[in-house]
Amino acid sequence: MELTDLSMLELAAKLAAGEVSSVEATRACLARVAQVDGKVKAFLRLDEKGALAAAEASDARRKAGSPASPLDGVPIGLKDIFLTEGLETTCGSRILQGFIPPYDSTVVSLLKQAGLPIVGKLNMDEFAMGSSNEGSAYGPTHNPWALDRTPGGSSGGSAAAVAAREVFGALGTDTGGSIRQPAAFTNLVGIKPTYGRISRYGVIAYASSLDQVGPMARTVADTAALLQLIARHDPLDSTSAPVEAPDYREDLEGGVRGLKLGVPREYFIEGMDPEVEATVREAVKAYERLGATLVDVSLPHTKYALATYYLLAPAEASSNLARYDGVRYGLRAKDAKGLREMYGLSRDRGFGSEVKRRIMLGTYALSAGYYDAYYVRAQKVRTLIRQDFTKAFEQVDAILSPISPVPAFKLGEKANDPLSMYLMDVFTLPCNLAGLPGLSLPCGFTKSNLPIGLQILGKPFDEARLLRIARAFERENDFSRRLAPL
Amino acid sequence: MKLTIEQVRHVASLARLSLTPEEEQRYATQLDAVLDAVAQLQELDVSGVEPTSHATLASSLLREDVTRPSLPPEKGLANAPAKMGTSFAVPKIIE
Amino acid sequence: MPLSDFQPVIGLEVHSQLLTKSKIFCGCSTEFGAEPNRNTCPVCLGMPGVLPVLNQRVVEFAVRTGLALGCTIKKTSIWSRKNYFYPDLPKGYQITQYDQPICEWGKLTIDMPEGEKIIRIRRIHMEEDAGKNVHDASVGESLVDLNRAGVPLLEIVTEPDLRSADEAVEYLKALRDVLVYLGVNDGNMEEGSFRCDANVSVMRKGETQYGQRVELKNINSFRFIKQAIEYEIGRHVEVLESGGKIDQETRLWDTQRGESRSMRSKEEAHDYRYFPEPDLPPLHVSDALIEQMAQGLPELPRPKFQRFLSQYGLPAYDAKLLCAERPLAEFFEACAQHSKDYKKLSNWFQGELARLLNESGGAVTISTLKFTPGQLAELLTAVEKGTLSNNAAKDVLGEMFRTGKAPDAIIAEKGLAQVSDAGAVEAVVDEVLAKNAGEVEKYRAGKKQIFGFFVGQVMKAMKGKGNPTLVNDLLKSKLGD
Repeated sequence: MELTDLSMLELAAKLAAGEVSSVEATRACLARVAQVDGKVKAFLRLDEKGALAAAEASDARRKAGSPASPLDGVPIGLKDIFLTEGLETTCGSRILQGFIPPYDSTVVSLLKQAGLPIVGKLNMDEFAMGSSNEGSAYGPTHNPWALDRTPGGSSGGSAAAVAAREVFGALGTDTGGSIRQPAAFTNLVGIKPTYGRISRYGVIAYASSLDQVGPMARTVADTAALLQLIARHDPLDSTSAPVEAPDYREDLEGGVRGLKLGVPREYFIEGMDPEVEATVREAVKAYERLGATLVDVSLPHTKYALATYYLLAPAEASSNLARYDGVRYGLRAKDAKGLREMYGLSRDRGFGSEVKRRIMLGTYALSAGYYDAYYVRAQKVRTLIRQDFTKAFEQVDAILSPISPVPAFKLGEKANDPLSMYLMDVFTLPCNLAGLPGLSLPCGFTKSNLPIGLQILGKPFDEARLLRIARAFERENDFSRRLAPL
Repeated sequence: MKLTIEQVRHVASLARLSLTPEEEQRYATQLDAVLDAVAQLQELDVSGVEPTSHATLASSLLREDVTRPSLPPEKGLANAPAKMGTSFAVPKIIE
Repeated sequence: MPLSDFQPVIGLEVHSQLLTKSKIFCGCSTEFGAEPNRNTCPVCLGMPGVLPVLNQRVVEFAVRTGLALGCTIKKTSIWSRKNYFYPDLPKGYQITQYDQPICEWGKLTIDMPEGEKIIRIRRIHMEEDAGKNVHDASVGESLVDLNRAGVPLLEIVTEPDLRSADEAVEYLKALRDVLVYLGVNDGNMEEGSFRCDANVSVMRKGETQYGQRVELKNINSFRFIKQAIEYEIGRHVEVLESGGKIDQETRLWDTQRGESRSMRSKEEAHDYRYFPEPDLPPLHVSDALIEQMAQGLPELPRPKFQRFLSQYGLPAYDAKLLCAERPLAEFFEACAQHSKDYKKLSNWFQGELARLLNESGGAVTISTLKFTPGQLAELLTAVEKGTLSNNAAKDVLGEMFRTGKAPDAIIAEKGLAQVSDAGAVEAVVDEVLAKNAGEVEKYRAGKKQIFGFFVGQVMKAMKGKGNPTLVNDLLKSKLGD
C-alpha cells in the first residue's frame, strides 16, 4: 500500500505515532504528481519549496509536542481560485496569468495556521464557470477513473488530484454544484456548506450570493476534519455567518435511526442515465434498511432552478468580473490605442468563451429595460425555491437525491453545446439558490467502473447531521475505499 | 426571442468586450438559446413574492473606525501592467 | 434678452467626504495628500477576492447629518452596485445606496434678501469615493491614484427648489456650515472634500412643466458655482429662444473658458445596471443609535445665528461672522459670560483677534489659542474700566496671543496701566498749564487748535499713560471751556 493511498486522518494518525514524517508524506505526493499528473493534468503549479518548508515546520511542532491541529502536516491542494500570497493564482484564466497575490485568502491562512502543507494550485473551469474543467484556459483535467473523461467542474482539478492520490485532500468552491458534481464523478466526498459558513475573503468571486468554499476528500471523516479547520466567522467577510461551528466529528457514528429522509420526486427525471438512477435509488433504499424513514416530498419549483441560476449567477458575475480591466493587474493588451480599446481587447483576449458568454448574459439581464423581467423575477423565483425547501424540511431532516443525471462524460462531448452543459447542474443548483448545505457521497459504480454519487441536502448549518447521515452509508460498503485505477 | 446584432454589440460595449464579428454571431445564437430557456420563468406567478436580494443570515457587520496598515505601494503595484512612480499608468481616453 | 420670461429651476447634489479616520469599507487611512497609492490595500485596490466591511462611524455620521437636516432616518437601507468602467473605479462598480437610502425628506432653511426659504432635501445616502485620474499630457497617459478610492461620502440631494444661482450659493454655504458644525466634513471645496453637481433647467414663467434639465459637473469652488449656474441658465434661455431644444446630457464646467461643455467621452448614456450589493447585508439602524446621535447634536449654525441676534443684540453682520465657525462662536460665548458689552467684544473679535489669527497664516486657530476666554474678557474689562488704553490693550492681546501670559501680568510687566486717578492727572494738568502760561493765554484768546498741544504735553509728562478721556475733560474744565 502506498503512503498516498492513506486517508487524511490515517496519515494524521501515522504522523502522530511518529511512523512517518510530514516531509515524507509531502515528498510522496510530489513523487505521485511526477508520476501521474502528466496524464491527469490536475495541477496548474506546484509549490515544492513552500510545501516542504511547511512540512518541516510541521514535523518540528510534532517533535516539540505541540501540533497545530488534528491535520497538522497532511499535504493538500487548493483550487486556483484561492488567493495564495506570493504564489501565482490564475482562477483558470489567461486574464490572471502571472498574477501574484499580495495576500492570502482567509481559508488559506487558516489552513497554513493549522499546519497543512500546500502542494500546489489546482486546475479549474475559468472563473468557476463550468461543469467539466474543459473551460480552463490551461487545458482540461482528466478523470483518474477514465482518462478520456471529465472529472467534472469547476473544481475538477481538486477532485482529480485527490482521486489520483496526488494530495490527501483539497479545497474547492461550489456555486451551482462545482464541488459536489466533481466529487460524484471521481468517487470523493465533497460538501458545499451553508452559505456564510466559510469565509469568502480572498476567494475569487464568481456569483457572490451563491459561492461557497468546501472540502473534498476520500472519506466522510476526512471531509469533516477538513471542514472543521475552516468553519468560522470572518470579520473580513460581511456575509460570514456569526454562527459557531459544532464539532463535526463528535457524533459522526451516530447513525440514521429515527431520521426522516426526504426523496423529492422532481429529482428523478426523464433522461437520467439508467445506471445512475438505479444506483441512487439503491442507495436511498439502503437508508431505509439503516433505520431511517423515507418520505416522499415535493420541491415543485425545481424545474425553474436552472433558469433562475443562469440569470442570477451570470448577473453577479458580470459585475464581479468588471475589475479585470487590465489597469491594476492581469492581462493588458499593449497594442491597444486608447483606454476604451485597452479595456475591450484585454478582456476579449483574457477571458475564454464561456466566461464571455456569461458576462454577456449577465449584463443583458441587468440592463435597462430588462432588469425587472430577468434579474428581479429570477430573485423572486429564488425565494419560491427557498420556500420549497423550508416547507419540505418541516417534514424531513434531510433530502436525498442524485447529483448528476449522468456519470462522468467524455471530454469534448458537450464542449460545443453550452445548454447541454448547463443541464449537468439541475440537481445541484437548487441548494445553492437556497443557501443550504449539500454533500456528495460515493454510492456505487457503473458497469464500466465510473463513480456515481448520492446527494444529501440539509437544513441551514446542519452540516454535522449531513456528515453523520453520509457516514452511516459509508461504513456499510467499501465504495469510498475503492481507488482510481491509476 | 431573437437578439439582434445591434443588441449584442450594445451589451458587449457595456461589458467592455471587443468581440470579433464571428463572436458577435456566435453569442447572438447562444444567448438566444439561453434566453429562450429562461423564458419559462415568465410563466410563474410571482405576485407578492419578495426577491431574495441577500443570501446571508448575517445582519450588518460593522467595524470600528480605526486605521489598519495599508499595503506598501511596491506590493500594491507589483502586478501593475504599467506604472509611473507609485501611480498606475493607463492609456488616455481618446475623445 | 427676455431672461425675465424664464424661471430657472435648480437642484443640487452635494458629495461630502466624511471625517472618518479610515475608509468606508477597509482600514486604510483617509488622510489627504499622501504619495499616490500609499493609503491602499487589496480591498480598495479592487483586487480579486476582496470584500467590503462597513465602517460604523460612517453610519453614525449619516444619521447625525440626517437628523440635523430634519430627515426621516430609515431603519433599513440597502447597498447597491453602480456598474461602469473607469480607471479610478477599481472594482468596476461603486458601492452606493440606490433605491433605499439611509435618510429621506429633510430640509434646510436659507436666508435670502427677500426672506427665508425652505429647500427640501430629497435624500441622503452613503457611498464610496472613486480614486483620482490625472492626465499626464507629456506621456500621453493617465496616472491613477487610488488613495481616495473608498473614502466615505455622503450624497445629499435636494428637490429642484432653488430658483437662482444666488439661492444655490446660499444653500451650499448653509449646508457646508451645518456639515462642518456637525464635525462630519471639513468644508474644503478646493481640496475636493465638498463637491457639488447642479441640475439646471429653465421654464417659461406661467408654465407648469419643468424644462429639460442638464447636469453640470466639475464645479469645484464656491466662486464658480454662481458663474457656472448663471452661464448654464443663460445657455438654456438662448437655445430655447432661438427655437432649439435642450438635450438631456451632462456638461462639464470649464473654468478657463468660463463655459460649460458637453462630456464627449460618454459615447452612450450610462446604463449603470444597479442591483443590490450581495456582499453587504441590509443595514439596520437601531432606535438606540438614532437616539444617541440626536442627543449629541450641537446647536446648528442658523439657530445659533438667530440666538446671537436676540441674546446678544448683535447686528446680523457680526452674528454671521461669529457663527461662521463653531469654535469661534463658542469662544465668543465663553467671553460673553464675563464681558457684557457684546458689541465691543464682537469688535475685538472682528478686529484685533481676527488680525492676529490671519497673520499666523493658519498656524494658530481659535481652538489653539494660548489664552482663555476669561482672560480676553479680563482684558476688555480693564479697557472698559479705564485702567488700560485701547492701544495698550492691543499690545497686551498680542502678547497674550504669543505667550499665553495672563493680561494682568503683562500689564504689570510692561507698566501699561493707565493712570485714571483724577487727582494724579489733575496734578500733571496743573503743572503743564503752569509751565505753558503763554499757550494758555493764546488758547483763551481764541486759538482753540492748540488744545492738542496741551494734551500732548500732559501725555508726554505722563509717559502716555494718562487716561485720555480724563485728560481731555480736566484740560477743558481748567482752560475754561
